[in-house]
Amino acid sequence: MSADQPAARGWRLPFSISFEQRMTTPKWLPALTSIGSLIVAFMIGGGVIAIAGGNPFATYAHLVKAAFGDIGVFNDTLVKASPLMLVGLACALAFRMKLWNIGAEGQFFLGAWGASAVVLAPLLPRDTPGIIIIPAMMLAGFACGALWGFIPGLLKAKFNVNEIITTLMMNYIAVSWVLFWVFGEWSESGFQMSPMFPRNTWLPRLTDYAAQIPQLAGLTLHLGILFGVIGSVVVWFIISRSRWGYEIRLIGDNKQAARYAGVNIVRNTVFMMMVSGGIAGLAGMAEISGVVHRLQGAISSNYGFTGIIIAWLAKLNPFAVILVSVLFGGLIQAGREIQPSGVPRMLQGIILFCVIASDVLLRYRIQITRR
Amino acid sequence: MPDITQPPDSTATSHFAVEMRGIVKRFPGVLANDHTDFTLKRGEVHALLGENGAGKSTLMNILAGLYKPDAGAILVNGQPVHFNSPRDAIAAGLGMVHQHFMLVPTQTVTENIILGLSEPRFFLPMAELDRRILALQEQYGLKVDPKAKIWQLSVGEQQRVEILKMLYRGAKVLIMDEPTAVLTPQEVEELFVTLRAMVARGHSIIFISHKLDEVLAISNRITVLRQGRVTAAGIPAQGTTKTQLAQLMVGREVVFTIDKQPCRPGEVVLAVEDVCAENDRGLPALRHFSIRVRAGEIVGIAGVAGNGQSELAQVITGLRRCSCGRVMIAGEDVANQAPHAAIQRRVAYIPEDRHGVGSSPGLSLADNLIMKNHREPPISNGWVLNLPMIRRQANQLKDQYNIMAPSVDVQARLLSGGNLQKAILAREMSAGPRLIIAVQPTRGLDVGAIEAVHHALLKERDRGTAILLISEELEEIMALSDRIVGIYEGQHMGELKAEEATLTKIGLMMAGTPQGDVAGRVNNVGELTG
Repeated sequence: MSADQPAARGWRLPFSISFEQRMTTPKWLPALTSIGSLIVAFMIGGGVIAIAGGNPFATYAHLVKAAFGDIGVFNDTLVKASPLMLVGLACALAFRMKLWNIGAEGQFFLGAWGASAVVLAPLLPRDTPGIIIIPAMMLAGFACGALWGFIPGLLKAKFNVNEIITTLMMNYIAVSWVLFWVFGEWSESGFQMSPMFPRNTWLPRLTDYAAQIPQLAGLTLHLGILFGVIGSVVVWFIISRSRWGYEIRLIGDNKQAARYAGVNIVRNTVFMMMVSGGIAGLAGMAEISGVVHRLQGAISSNYGFTGIIIAWLAKLNPFAVILVSVLFGGLIQAGREIQPSGVPRMLQGIILFCVIASDVLLRYRIQITRR
Repeated sequence: MPDITQPPDSTATSHFAVEMRGIVKRFPGVLANDHTDFTLKRGEVHALLGENGAGKSTLMNILAGLYKPDAGAILVNGQPVHFNSPRDAIAAGLGMVHQHFMLVPTQTVTENIILGLSEPRFFLPMAELDRRILALQEQYGLKVDPKAKIWQLSVGEQQRVEILKMLYRGAKVLIMDEPTAVLTPQEVEELFVTLRAMVARGHSIIFISHKLDEVLAISNRITVLRQGRVTAAGIPAQGTTKTQLAQLMVGREVVFTIDKQPCRPGEVVLAVEDVCAENDRGLPALRHFSIRVRAGEIVGIAGVAGNGQSELAQVITGLRRCSCGRVMIAGEDVANQAPHAAIQRRVAYIPEDRHGVGSSPGLSLADNLIMKNHREPPISNGWVLNLPMIRRQANQLKDQYNIMAPSVDVQARLLSGGNLQKAILAREMSAGPRLIIAVQPTRGLDVGAIEAVHHALLKERDRGTAILLISEELEEIMALSDRIVGIYEGQHMGELKAEEATLTKIGLMMAGTPQGDVAGRVNNVGELTG
C-alpha cells in the first residue's frame, strides 16, 4: 500500500542528533548557555573581523583593554553601564508579563525632560539643596517616564492596541518633544541645548570626593549606578517574592488562566507599563543629572533599544541584567576605540542572535548517538 | 469481532509484529517504565491500559521513536531495531496517532497527508494525490473529503486524517493514544468499524484507553500497566470483566456503584435567572436560561456538547458577559462582574479546558496550586508571598490528592492530563467552597481517579456545598445528581428528580423535547409495549 516509503538515503551522517524535551532545567544551565553563546558569538565576530582584514585576537585584546584595562576606562564603562542597567530592568520587568515595551528610549527622554523641568522651569528654586532637589528630579523623571508608559498601557488594556507599535511610535514623539524644548524655551542663547545645571542638581560623583581620597580624582562614576544595583534587587523581589510578581508571571504565562484566577488584567497591564516606563524615565534622569548636566538632543546612545537586547541576554533575570549591562557598557566604551559604528554594533547583533538560538538548549536535551 | 489467527503475511519469521523487552525509561525523579515487556501479534487489537502516569504513553512514545529507552530491546517482525526519530519508526511500519492532532488547520486533507514526505519532490499532482487518498479511504472506510481544509472538519474527521496519514506512509502497526477521548458515541462506533477493517487487512493496532467498556469491546488482548510495571501481560479480552481490569490497574478493588446519602437540600446558593449570553462566535448560546442550586445538592446539566453548557459555567464565574438576566450567588447579583467576585464568594470552578484556562503550563505545580488564594493569608501577607507556606501547602495537597510529580517545583506542562486535573481539583476543593461549578470533571481520568473525584464531590455535597455538574457522560450525571436539568440550544428543557430519571427521558430532553412532552412520550411508549 505504501505509496511513499521514504527510501534509504544514499548518504547519511555517521551519527544522529535527536532532541528530547527536558523535564526540568537545572539551575546552572541558563548561565552556562548564556556564557557559551557569548563565546560562540565572539568566535563568529572574530571570523567577520578576519574576513574584513583585521586581526581578531588583537582586536579583542584591544577591546578588553579599552573597556576594562585600567581604573579610568573601567570607570567610563560603568558610567555607560549605569543607564543600561535601569533600562534593561525596565524591559525585563515588562517582558515578564509578555508586554513588549519597545518604548524605553522614549521613556528615557521623557524622564530626562521631567527632571530638567524641575531645574529649568523651574519647579523648585535654583538654590534648593541637593538633598531635596535631586529626589524631586528623580520623582519627576519617574513620573514622566510612567506617563509615557501609561498611554500605550491604557490603549493596550482597554482597546487591545498593539503596544509594540504604540511604544515604538511614542519614541519619536518623545525625542521631538525634548528637541522642541532645547531649541526653544530652554535653549542657551540659541544653541541646541539647555544651560548647564547648577552643581546642587548633580548626582554625587566619585571625583567629588577627591579632596578626601586623592585616588578618586577624575572618576566620573555617579550615584546612578546604585539606582541600577538597588533596582535589580527590587525587581528580583517583585518578580519572585511578591504577590504582584506572581500575577505578573501568571499573566505572562497564560492570560486566560490569570483571568480565571481573578487577576485584573486591565489594571495590571496599565500599572506594569507605568512602572516599566518609570524605571526607564529614572535612567534618563540619572543620565542628565549624573553625566550630561544639561538637557540636549543627544543624551542617549540608543540606550533604550540596547536595553531590549540586555533584557533578553540576561534571560529576564534582574541580577544578570547588571552583569550584561557592564559588558555592553564596555562594548560601547571600547567600540569607539576600534571603529565608530561597525564592529561593536555587529558584535551586539551576533550576541543577541546566539543567545536567542541557545534557548533551544534550555528546553531540549540534545543527544548524539552513533549509528 | 473477527478472530484472525493466521497472519496474512506468513513470510515473516516471527508471529509478533512488535516485541518490547525489558524497557526501562527514567525521567528525573520518576521511573516511567520499569523493565516493561509488551508484545503485539500480527492482526490483533491490543489494548494498553493503565492509570494516569502508569507509563503507557512513555512506552508507546518509545515505540514511536520519540523517546529512547534507557535499557531494553525492541523487535519489529523479529528483527531488532533502534529508532532515533519518529521517521525511523514509520520507516519500520510503526505509526502513532496522538491524542492532540498534529495537523495544519489552513491546509487541505491531502496537503496534510503528504506533508513532510520526500515524494513528490517538487510539483504536486494534486488530482492524482487526491485519487490515491480516496482509494485508500475506500479500503478502510475512512470517509473524508480530500479537498476539505482541516479547520472545516469535525474532531472525528480530523482523527481520520491522522489515521490516513499513517496508512499513506505505509504503517502496518498503528498506535492510537486515547483515540476515543475526543469522540462522540457515534464517532466511536465508526472508528471501531475502521479499526476492524484495518485488522482484516493485516494491520495490528495498539489501543491506549481508560475506558474499560471500549477496551473490552474492541480488543483481542489486553496489557495492563501499573506504576511502570506490567500487571497483566496480554490477557485475552474474552472472559475478562471490567472489575478485574480495574483491579489490575488500580491495585485494589474499585466500586462502580456509588453509595449516596439521601439529599438534604438547604437554602438556595446559586440562582441563575433568565440569562442570555452569546458564544465566542457571537451567536446566542443561552436563551433565557434559569436554574437554581441549593446547598447540599448536586444538580446535573445534561446536554449534547455545544448547547450552552460551557457558556453557562462561564457566565456564573464571571468569565463571560451575559446580555440579560441575573446570576445570584448567596443572594447577591454577580452577573457581569469580574471573575474575582465569584472567587470572593467561594465559588470553585473546575473548567473544561484544563490546559488553556485551568492551569498555567509554564509555572510550577506549587504556583498553580495558589492561583485562587494567592491574595489571602497565609499564602501572602500584604504584598509578600509566603514561600515556605506555599511549598508546605503544595506538598500537602500533592500527597492528599495523589498528584504524581517528581516535586512541586515541576512545571505544570509536564504533568500528565490526569495529574493536572487532580491538581486543579486539589486547588478548587481545598478552598472550602460554597458552590462548585464542575465541568467535565473526570474527562480523561482513569477509573481510580474518577472514583476519587466522585467521592470528593459527594463528600462536598454532604458537607453542604451546592454543586452544579456539567458533563457529557450521562452515566456520571445519573450517578451523582440529585436533580437533572436538560439543556438544548441554550434553553431549559425541564427537570427530573434522580429517582425518576432514565436514559430515555434524559435523551429526549437532550434532543430538544421539553419535559412535559418527555412524560407524554414515555407514557406512549409504555402503552405500546405494555
